[in-house]
Amino acid sequence: MTSTTVKAPRATAERARSAARATDRTRASRGRRGPSDNRIGWGFAAPFTVLFAVFLVWPLLHGFYLSFTGQSLTGQGGELIGVANYAEAFADGDMWRSMLNTLWFTVLSTIPLVVVALVLAILVNTGLPGQWLWRLSFFLPYLLASTVVSLFWIQLYSPTLGPINNVLGTLGLPQPAWLQDPDTAMIAVVATTVWWTVGFNFLLYLAALQNIPDQQYEAASLDGAGRWRSLLSITIPQLGPTTGLIVILQVLASLKVFDQIYQMTTGGPAGSTRSAVQYIFDTGFTGYRFGYSSAISYIFFAVIVVISIAQFSITARNRKGAQK
Amino acid sequence: MTAPAIAPTSDLRAPTADRGRRGHKPGQKPFGPMAVVSVVILVVLAVLWLLPFLWSLATSFKSETDAAATPQTWIPAGGFTLDAYRGVLEQGNIPVWLFNSLFTSIVITVIVVATSALVAYAFSRLDFRGKKWLYVATIASIIIPPQVLIVPLFYQMLAFDMVDTYWGIILPQAIAPAMVFVLKKFFDQVPIELEDAARVDGAGRIRVFFTILLPLSRPILGAVSIFVFIGAWNNFLWPFIVTNDASLLTLPVGLQTIESAYGIQYAQNMAAAVLAALPLILVFLFFQRQIIKGISTTGFGGQ
Repeated sequence: MTSTTVKAPRATAERARSAARATDRTRASRGRRGPSDNRIGWGFAAPFTVLFAVFLVWPLLHGFYLSFTGQSLTGQGGELIGVANYAEAFADGDMWRSMLNTLWFTVLSTIPLVVVALVLAILVNTGLPGQWLWRLSFFLPYLLASTVVSLFWIQLYSPTLGPINNVLGTLGLPQPAWLQDPDTAMIAVVATTVWWTVGFNFLLYLAALQNIPDQQYEAASLDGAGRWRSLLSITIPQLGPTTGLIVILQVLASLKVFDQIYQMTTGGPAGSTRSAVQYIFDTGFTGYRFGYSSAISYIFFAVIVVISIAQFSITARNRKGAQK
Repeated sequence: MTAPAIAPTSDLRAPTADRGRRGHKPGQKPFGPMAVVSVVILVVLAVLWLLPFLWSLATSFKSETDAAATPQTWIPAGGFTLDAYRGVLEQGNIPVWLFNSLFTSIVITVIVVATSALVAYAFSRLDFRGKKWLYVATIASIIIPPQVLIVPLFYQMLAFDMVDTYWGIILPQAIAPAMVFVLKKFFDQVPIELEDAARVDGAGRIRVFFTILLPLSRPILGAVSIFVFIGAWNNFLWPFIVTNDASLLTLPVGLQTIESAYGIQYAQNMAAAVLAALPLILVFLFFQRQIIKGISTTGFGGQ
């Protein structure tokens, strides 16, 4: 928005400066008006660009190349083998299973991570005293390293020593083996994830809630709307864009799950919780099949790109619809 | 936790927006029946959220015998003891891991913030050949999950002889395209007239950047630093892959090895977890305002 008003004086200053220097510049004599800050611009950009090229762009390209080779950790099998890795991956039941586990985890975790965050934020935002205490309680787990979270929850889920089964036993309810049972392991991991990371979305919602103008609530209450009414017809719609962004980012974050699952179940029992990232890790660093692991990385990357594009276009369409 | 994806929120320039919002919503009774229900639900949830901490804390103060006894109780039969902490600290690894985490996270934060601020300034203010191309590549790369790069990066670390070194931990984590985006958006909002005035007085680009723009950007630089630091401190997958040497492990990776090394020692596991959790909790208690502000202003990052 500032571009038109702001750029004009800068461009003039810029031209004046390069004109002053033109005498000792060979290229300036050509009289072509090109970008004027080449040297200083690249000077500022260089440190980032070098790191970006070496540690991001190069690995990305090299990984793509590796995915067409039979490369192993020992250095053998570096020759090109065409699409054999991709063919193998598409026929690999374990690969599909890890992808499906990942999608299932994403569905199971995203819903509570959005809904619980919203409920917490609305409750905290009603203006209760002790704001810092509520924020602290719900946000604190987010600051813990995954390993700390896993150590805590392995203990809590312990079938015999854990307080969860202790309570269930006292109430006369069944006591599942949680992480050791394929039927409950995924749910247990999801519950831990919600406890761990909901505080982040909670803070985002809280910030968004505080940006809703008071006047809207005042007007509503003058019209005789109660709290429920205001909540449903002001708060929730006003949070729409925030919810859209939180959902997008939560889905992307959940798809990349690895740490807590690997630490709590190593993907077990019987592969029931192994995620796509763990399958990349397992084939690469346990099986030492770098080529095959790279192929799976690229399949996973493609899934992420497709889901991101789908999400962004849905959000964009909703926004356009809302403006009508 | 992985590379943040970011979209700046509207209140980048209005950091005082949440003032004066402590009280109840205008026009509504402070303590109606809804408020009572809210308080009850909130208290229950807060207790639920704090219980895992408290249980782990209680276990860490039990003797190993009590920690393995059935049924488990909050207060152990043999009373509370510091044995588990003594045991963990005697192994001597935790202080080393703590240092490694602190050192690598600080270096990563410094590199990311410095390089991102420089390139963001170039994107925002300077006009150089290839700028558009570089900018598009940077923004597009936000979508790349770092997890898909682990194999080629490890391969690269072997080639650079950086496996089991601090640089091996640090360098692959020292790029954050999302932070470049956040900083560029912020610089775009700083009125250019401030710089023009200084430049008329003869100050060069570099001087303008350091004496005018950076001081104005202190809050956003603080927010970005906190983000990058927490991300680096808690990163597990990459340090786990690139280090093997027990003296080079970071705290999260070190903890992962603890269970197998100590066998099933519940109290010691919990004591180690509590010790590892403490530094960031202390950081949070000191910088609570800045962290919360940072998350609500740099918006959608982290995870």
